Amino acid sequence: MMPPEVVACCGHGGERLTEFSEETQAMLAIRDERDRAAFAKLFRMFAPRIKGFLIKGGCGAAQAEEIAQEAMLRVWHKAALYDPHRANVSAWIFTIARNARVDMLRREARPMPEEMKEEPGSEPDAGQIVALEQEATQLREAIAGLKPAQREVIERAYLGELTHQELSEEMGIPMGTIKSRIRLGLERLRHDLKGLRTP
Amino acid sequence: MSEHEMTDVKHHLTDPIIAAYAAGTLPEHLALVVATHVSLCDSCRAALEAHEAMGGAVLDQTEAVALDDDLLPATLAQLDQPRTEAPVPARQGIFPGPVMAALKGHPPRWKAAGMGVKQQILCATPEGTVRLLYIPGGVAVPDHGHKGLELTLVLQGSFSDETGHFGPGDVEIADDTLEHTPIADPGPACICLAATDAPLRFNSWVPRLAQRFLKI
Repeated sequence: MMPPEVVACCGHGGERLTEFSEETQAMLAIRDERDRAAFAKLFRMFAPRIKGFLIKGGCGAAQAEEIAQEAMLRVWHKAALYDPHRANVSAWIFTIARNARVDMLRREARPMPEEMKEEPGSEPDAGQIVALEQEATQLREAIAGLKPAQREVIERAYLGELTHQELSEEMGIPMGTIKSRIRLGLERLRHDLKGLRTP
Repeated sequence: MSEHEMTDVKHHLTDPIIAAYAAGTLPEHLALVVATHVSLCDSCRAALEAHEAMGGAVLDQTEAVALDDDLLPATLAQLDQPRTEAPVPARQGIFPGPVMAALKGHPPRWKAAGMGVKQQILCATPEGTVRLLYIPGGVAVPDHGHKGLELTLVLQGSFSDETGHFGPGDVEIADDTLEHTPIADPGPACICLAATDAPLRFNSWVPRLAQRFLKI
């Protein structure tokens, strides 16, 4: 019999690991079972925030709603590409929404890196998924704990309001070099965010 | 990590460039070089994914804005409608997937540019241009405009200049403060993906003349 975490990750049906966040559980149900109720749940969680995010980034309300809808449709259709070891749900949806915005505003596809495919036969690792989720939570907390002016720079950067020149001028400290693993990368980002707190 | 890993990459992208790509603000000509380098370099891919995690964290903390009540039912009704996804071109030889996508799946159609150098422009917008360059061994990389930011990614062979030696997967980042003369190393031709910002444009001949004298 397979251990429960393998069942949960492979989506071979049955119980899911309740230690995964609600959104990860919903995303895995969409990916593995094409679960429409899970999609509706994820839509309610994310679509209004995508709309708010796009409006903050300069879109009109109607256009923001249109792009948010397109992003959620892409979440459904591209669900097979979601890998919880590599990205938490918010990060993955952020990239989907970003691409939807660029594609719809420019009316052409944005250059994208090649997909990294999992090694054949590699086992899902529930521990890594949970660790990545926890790090994402700590990252949110680190951003929330910044001084307002510093937090604003971070927000403006990822809302798409800063050019790369402005980024190099304004974000020197926060983003250190990130080594081999995303997990280590997040550690380092958090460390650098801590550095931002001191004036 | 099989074909994706290129552990000998020595010259990487900078964080502000990766962050701008993650945020979706990098102009297309530069974004193509970033997507191609990330396809060849695991450490820059990890950096990109970390920036995307930052983007996700900002999204999480963004205030929700109410949607039209009909949007969810309308979206659910569209789930089963088939979508025509454009095929994603795969890597072919030295050309990674994003380059093949820019080539629309066809091999490059080189145009002679003198001194045995050949090029194909992949994308030219008012913001800048990205092209493939084919430079025979021992030949200097032609001055393909050096205003603003310039990214040069080696796909085959290598080149050297005052700042160092660049082999497959390496990206040279130059701005207008860097005076350099890249020369393809002897041996097989050097093939690069090179993105340059558009030069400042003036509408009358007088400033254009000034532009030449002032080298702006």
